[in-house]
Amino acid sequence: MNLTLKIWRQKNANDKGKMVDYKINDVSPDMSFLEMLDVLNDQLINEGDEPVAFDHDCREGICGMCSLYINGEAHGPDRGITTCQLHMRKFKDGDTIYIEPFRAKAFPVIKDLVVDRSAFDRIQHAGGFISVNTSGNTIDANAIPVNKHDADDAFSAATCIGCGACVATCKNSSAMLFVGAKVSQFALLPQGKVEATDRVLNMVKQMDDEGFGNCTNTGACEVECPKGISLENIARMNSEYIKASLKG
Amino acid sequence: MSGILNSSIGRKFAMALSALFLMFFILQHFAINILSVFSPDLFNEVSHFMGTNPLVQFALQPVLIFGVVFHFVMGFILEIKNTKARQISYAKNNGAANSTWMSRNMIWSGGFILVFLIIHFIDFWIPELNVKYVQGDMSGQLPNGDFRYYEELVHKFVPIWRVALYCLGFVFLSLHLLHGFDSAFQSVGANNKYTRGIKGLGKAYAILIPLGFIFIAVFHHFNH
Amino acid sequence: MALDSKIPKGPLADKWTNHKNTINLVNPANKRLIDVIVVGTGLAGGSAAATLAELGYNVKAFCFQDSPRRAHSIAAQGGINAAKNYQGDGDSTYRLFYDTVKGGDYRSREANVYRLAEVSANIIDQCVAQGVPFAREYGGLLDNRSFGGVLVSRTFYAAGQTGQQLLLGAYSAMNRQIGRGKIKMYNRHEMLDVVIVDGKARGIITRNLVTGEIERHSAHAVVLGTGGYGNVFFLSTNAMGSNVTAAWKAHKRGAYFANPCYTQIHPTCIPVSGDHQSKLTLMSESLRNDGRIWVPKHKKDVEAIRAGKLKPTQLAEEDRDYYLERRYPAFGNLVPRDVASRAAKERCDAGYGVNATGEAVYLDFASAFMRYGKEQAHVKGLDENDEALVKQLGQEVVKTKYGNLFQMYEKIVDQNPYETPMMIYPAVHYTMGGVWVDYNLQTTVPGLYCIGEANFSDHGANRLGASALMQGLADGYFVLPYTIGDYLADDIRTGPIPTDTPEFETAEKEVRANIEHLINNNGTKSVDHFHKRLGKIMWNKCGMARNAQDLKSAITEIAELRAEFWKEVRVPGTADEFNEELAKASRVADFLELGELFAKDALLREESAGGHFREEYQTPEGEAMRRKEFQFVSAWEYKGEPKDAVLHKEDLVYENIEVKERSYK
Repeated sequence: MNLTLKIWRQKNANDKGKMVDYKINDVSPDMSFLEMLDVLNDQLINEGDEPVAFDHDCREGICGMCSLYINGEAHGPDRGITTCQLHMRKFKDGDTIYIEPFRAKAFPVIKDLVVDRSAFDRIQHAGGFISVNTSGNTIDANAIPVNKHDADDAFSAATCIGCGACVATCKNSSAMLFVGAKVSQFALLPQGKVEATDRVLNMVKQMDDEGFGNCTNTGACEVECPKGISLENIARMNSEYIKASLKG
Repeated sequence: MSGILNSSIGRKFAMALSALFLMFFILQHFAINILSVFSPDLFNEVSHFMGTNPLVQFALQPVLIFGVVFHFVMGFILEIKNTKARQISYAKNNGAANSTWMSRNMIWSGGFILVFLIIHFIDFWIPELNVKYVQGDMSGQLPNGDFRYYEELVHKFVPIWRVALYCLGFVFLSLHLLHGFDSAFQSVGANNKYTRGIKGLGKAYAILIPLGFIFIAVFHHFNH
Repeated sequence: MALDSKIPKGPLADKWTNHKNTINLVNPANKRLIDVIVVGTGLAGGSAAATLAELGYNVKAFCFQDSPRRAHSIAAQGGINAAKNYQGDGDSTYRLFYDTVKGGDYRSREANVYRLAEVSANIIDQCVAQGVPFAREYGGLLDNRSFGGVLVSRTFYAAGQTGQQLLLGAYSAMNRQIGRGKIKMYNRHEMLDVVIVDGKARGIITRNLVTGEIERHSAHAVVLGTGGYGNVFFLSTNAMGSNVTAAWKAHKRGAYFANPCYTQIHPTCIPVSGDHQSKLTLMSESLRNDGRIWVPKHKKDVEAIRAGKLKPTQLAEEDRDYYLERRYPAFGNLVPRDVASRAAKERCDAGYGVNATGEAVYLDFASAFMRYGKEQAHVKGLDENDEALVKQLGQEVVKTKYGNLFQMYEKIVDQNPYETPMMIYPAVHYTMGGVWVDYNLQTTVPGLYCIGEANFSDHGANRLGASALMQGLADGYFVLPYTIGDYLADDIRTGPIPTDTPEFETAEKEVRANIEHLINNNGTKSVDHFHKRLGKIMWNKCGMARNAQDLKSAITEIAELRAEFWKEVRVPGTADEFNEELAKASRVADFLELGELFAKDALLREESAGGHFREEYQTPEGEAMRRKEFQFVSAWEYKGEPKDAVLHKEDLVYENIEVKERSYK
């Protein structure tokens, strides 16, 4: 396949940045999208140009490091996957592909396609945990049975990889799917109920302070989420938050 | 509790509550209007009650006005804030791939509804206030002693331009409700086994109620 | 220096308890005066950082990723072992200990492994308390599954994402401490050297990967939890960024490097598809619970399949060779990883590989679909003889167990594994070797500790499935936080370690010189070019089967490649900016040294054990032949060039376990 790539290039956080066109030839349909970018970078290095910076690490869809807004969609046109799992067989010979960084005020660009998602970390610092010391002197793991349905829902919420596709894809740059997933995981488990009130208040406050937009329930995040995190988690966070506000 | 309206979720919760209230109002408004098709007398009586009952006029009506104003003001505030949350927009964005046109354009459908409402206020409501509270005529009667409500209603739908505007206004209301109905439930935290039912109900409501209003307008236009 | 493993005296089962009772502690008020650096935030580093901070130490944690949550522990799929015996199938601490030592082909330290088995149960309690959503049964209690090389079900899991859930647990514990200010987190920082002051590890030099700034960080002790070095093979299941740099720099500063040749080649990975391949993807070992591995019995069928004329599903049962079930009837498809990998290689080398490159075997779920489907049909009172229905019901069961893995496979290979068997082939996955540590997890440099995959300690020559997570968390939550106190007890009056000393100065200067060399080299070939060539040498000559001749030529070739790298590598951009090529270059430079030591270690070890298979040393049936005279840990001391490294032996003594022929037949 021969392709035209339109890639966002930005030297550093202070640079203005612009879209730049690149041609790439002989792309194999079995390549992953990032392998295609590897080939482009090799080409750029050999031509004496600077390679395109992009985040990636595990390349099997679990670390959440890779991002990219491809042809107008977070993680590209395929569903239920991250960019590193996207394969070139999803494109056709002669295609033009737009490649942009995840965009949000809360995710400033570091370089080219690399963005700073530490806002997610700070939200987690505010309450994304159960306050239990790691001494190992807790009760036996089977002492509290957990209803399988709740355990499964908590697990589904916990599969969030923190990639930020929800923010990138939301027309409002809202982080509510991410925060909702985290709040839900703990709210669904008996261990997490004890500090549920403070948790949701603190995490939502931090989320707001980071400059994310508000949710208008378009549902785009759920569709683009590589892990299929459900909108139910946002609803659960909403009710948890309202309950907590009335209490607190 | 304090400052709940300063939080993102608090605001969206308030948006949803005002929306649910407005949806209930529209339903009630429709229920009364449709009477005009079946029984002009009943329509007149109910209209007179609503227009003169002190509880409705001085308790419910201000709440309604507050609800309407709040929903619009908060809607615009949130829109501005949300736009600010992304400073550089995408060179290519494929919104249609993951969400409906209605959900992405609530501000536009809402904006048109606002325009319609302003015209509606000037057209119906301000003359009403004028008759009742400026001229002090609380009788609700025409000089011949009949109730004036039905007559006025039918008269309003004579000009085709008003019927057209009416239809257009309700098309936008329908688009707004197609997303807004179940969105309000999601915002107040109801996403559970009833969600599918709510979505179905929402679709029905969003299509049938505006269609009903349009029917009333068209009916009177052709039957006066 | 003689190696002292500092194993406590006394009976095996009491060693750890006695040791904890007798080592020095630091009182809570004094812990506030002590700084600890933790490099790496995977299961080991993350759990250690959180626990040390809870205890009261001031922790500085470092990771090269943009968030601690992205460390590669997150990719572990199958599960975590613990001797809980919830299934009542005869499990015990001793049995877990026994399985691990045997699984490691009798090349690990008894006392360490016993301690690991002992604390394993605590890990599960701890994780559940933290909110890790392990899989549960309908009664609300925890579920277990079975893994390779054992006869009990002791593996706890969270679908195919156990590593993710455990790491998020450790990360949440870290978050709590970051929020409290007890951990200072440095994301996107790469450690480039250890600073030794008066013979003790007192700090590190890092590069800020965003700004390129070189920074000095001091502490009273340094802990490395920086993972394994599988990426020396270029293609592995490791993350792209996984590297040996921290461990290797520690080695160059005096920490011995142990058993570098012990590498785990995992049997169930997605085969290589072409030259563009950047990494390999693992399919969890848990799949072998339900999948059966086979190749065609006859060459003509192999050819027909390769030519696309025959579908694997069309091949009759009697024409299939379920070679693991044939060769190892007792363990069948659940033999340990080293055995399964070699068996796959044996079949493919004999010409039975089922894809175009001849390097793939089938992993088939057809019989599992039917087995589960029948069970479901029976439970639901449906027709057990309706094949289509049974198959569909069975597929649903398999989907709940491994859905994410099946989806992952389909996305990569573009074949539906519910309809056609998966194709798999072994790939480099884990490294048992690593920095040598004593019982306290301290390296040969005082004050420098090493935990998790980065050390060499618990898995011997082969690691059992679901034991890596167990070791990482055991080290980080329950072992290191105690043992490090023994060392730090002497430091309560030391005060903050200054960074303006000559030692820091020199270390920083060396780091800068290295970077400048790479940036100004202006060579002609990219970093990946060298990395790929190194990988080819490693895979072809130090891979699943090794021999003296190949290893000798590998040693020369790697040394030559290294020389060429320093002459010819091209690193674009500058040093003071986000520069991934520069980061890669300095990692590959270290792999090029480690690779040579790896081959040297493999050459020395004239036996076959676990992941190390020497063609010269095999039984007539082709099984690994262990040799008594190699019952030692080879710990290498750095002396300039890898070829000059000096060998130190730690003899392995087995008092509680009988060293036997390791058989899974």
